[in-house]
Amino acid sequence: MLPPVPLADVAQVLEAFWRGSLGTSSAFVSGTLVRAIPLAVVGVAIATAFRAGVFNIGAEGQLLLGAVAAAVIGLEWARALGPATMVVALLAGSAAGAAWAGIAAVLRARFGVLEVISTLMLNFVAANLVSYLVRGPMQEPTHIYPQTEALPPGARLPLLFPGTRLHVGLLAALAVAVAAWWIFAHTAAGFRMRLVGASESAARVTGRVDVRAVSMAALTVSGGLAGLAGAIEVCGVTYALYENLSPGYGFSAIAVAILARLHPIAIIPSALLFATLETGALGMQRDAGIPSVVASAMEAVIILLATAASGAWQVLPRWRGPARTEPSPTTVGTAA
Amino acid sequence: MTELAGASAFLEAAVRTATPLLLAATGEAVCERAGIINIGLEGCVIAGAFAAFVAGTSGIAVGYAAALASGASVGVLLAIFVVLMRRDQIIVGTALTMLALGVTGTLFRARADVSMVVVTQSETVVPALSAIPLIGRALFAQPAITYVAIALVPLVAAWLYRTQAGLALRAVGESPAAARAAGIRASAVHWGAILFGASLGGIAGGALVLAQAGTFAEGMSAGRGFLAIAIVALGRWRPFGVLVASLVFGIAMAFQFAVQSLGLHVRYELVLMIPYILTLVALGAVSRGGAPAMLGRSEV
Repeated sequence: MLPPVPLADVAQVLEAFWRGSLGTSSAFVSGTLVRAIPLAVVGVAIATAFRAGVFNIGAEGQLLLGAVAAAVIGLEWARALGPATMVVALLAGSAAGAAWAGIAAVLRARFGVLEVISTLMLNFVAANLVSYLVRGPMQEPTHIYPQTEALPPGARLPLLFPGTRLHVGLLAALAVAVAAWWIFAHTAAGFRMRLVGASESAARVTGRVDVRAVSMAALTVSGGLAGLAGAIEVCGVTYALYENLSPGYGFSAIAVAILARLHPIAIIPSALLFATLETGALGMQRDAGIPSVVASAMEAVIILLATAASGAWQVLPRWRGPARTEPSPTTVGTAA
Repeated sequence: MTELAGASAFLEAAVRTATPLLLAATGEAVCERAGIINIGLEGCVIAGAFAAFVAGTSGIAVGYAAALASGASVGVLLAIFVVLMRRDQIIVGTALTMLALGVTGTLFRARADVSMVVVTQSETVVPALSAIPLIGRALFAQPAITYVAIALVPLVAAWLYRTQAGLALRAVGESPAAARAAGIRASAVHWGAILFGASLGGIAGGALVLAQAGTFAEGMSAGRGFLAIAIVALGRWRPFGVLVASLVFGIAMAFQFAVQSLGLHVRYELVLMIPYILTLVALGAVSRGGAPAMLGRSEV
């Protein structure tokens, strides 16, 4: 049987949590704020897909592909691209994430493969791909560590405040959230997405919404945002590609998005909250010997509580299930 | 080693590797036939593995009982949210997988003795039959749990297609309203289907520890629960289809052992990708139609 878990002094544990997350300005600025950046960007990615009723649970893999693309640009093209390297790296990361999600989008639209299954499978392919790259073709020159060389300074995102680790990715995350809010609330494309997410059949009978195209677009854009987050991590925080680059951002961000009720602006405080939780958990591991994976359990509990409470709001999407046979153009309007 | 012996050992490994997948996928097939997709299956597997690791020191049967119970307890949570509260199956299932991975990881790291090893099930060798060349050892020299997993397939098929209860379960998965009109209590069917699937998921985790690894590692389920969900779709939601799909995956996963033993110059990480890529390709090839109409939908 299990021996009793050593009961650390509760006050000491809480103090470790506080010191690790918010207690000092360096913990807050260089730890919690830095961690909130990928959580917010991937949170918006998740919200984009979920709003359209597409269940992208492969943001983790899309993020990794974005990280790979950014690392390739930063390491191989920095000299040729000069000052544009950073921008190109972020764009390449987005494109790679979008392409990775695009595989699932095509499988869903053309072959009726459930995106829940395909995006999950692509996570495992992506993780193994990164393992392969950092132990094979992209390994650093001494071939000792399973990681790439460090990015040249030109490929790194500038810091916001000297002496901290906070980088300009924070501004990118805020811009992404505001842009997503604007698109959801004020554009026809955003309206079509929400319509498809709310009721696929209602969207179909309008005759003006291509349900399949909207679903594919939402999943692809979602992947692009997750890829952007991966690129921001590589260019702003890790400066190199390695395994376990993401401590499960793709899954934590589901909690971020659901607690925010899929509202892009609400995702910002939600991401801060979960970043606090995670850096606090790391602090507890460091100073009080509590395993930091406890944060994953706490996030799961928050998802469950938020989901339970959502009954009163009815805002969370409902999965539309397996793709049904789409009416072909010749039969549209003739069905009884 | 002769080539025949090598091939025989490869098939033996393939069937052993397929066993947890087959157990989890058989349970998930029943669950999905009732219209419930259990993304928390990965959580059931890791919970079962951890319980089997902790309880396995008191004997293999105790280990499996604990694995079943912990898988089922994840199922109870799923049923409370999905059946009782009508919440989205995908979101709840994803959260339950995160919960189980987090809780087992925390408990495992908090333990003093992480190097504990449990006694694994030895093979139950069928005399004579196991001497058949090539496939003898693959089919007749396996741990007892493999025979249980294979025997479950015709039993579940007969139950699904030849009994009133099986018909009721399939009816609920296709049209709960029609089933209710026929006097079937849809929510009771959902509860039963979820608990059956989650329990088998737990046992699958138990088999990982008790019949294969002999120890526990954080996240050792390594996506097997997710693969099982894919296997159900590949097997067209039919028990014998699931059996075939599981064996195909067993073979794909056993490649990693074969590559090592043959000394092929292929990167290990690339070989590890094969089962997942195979899933995507195979699903693309077979996926149109065949899913229970209500699968994953919460408006039941």
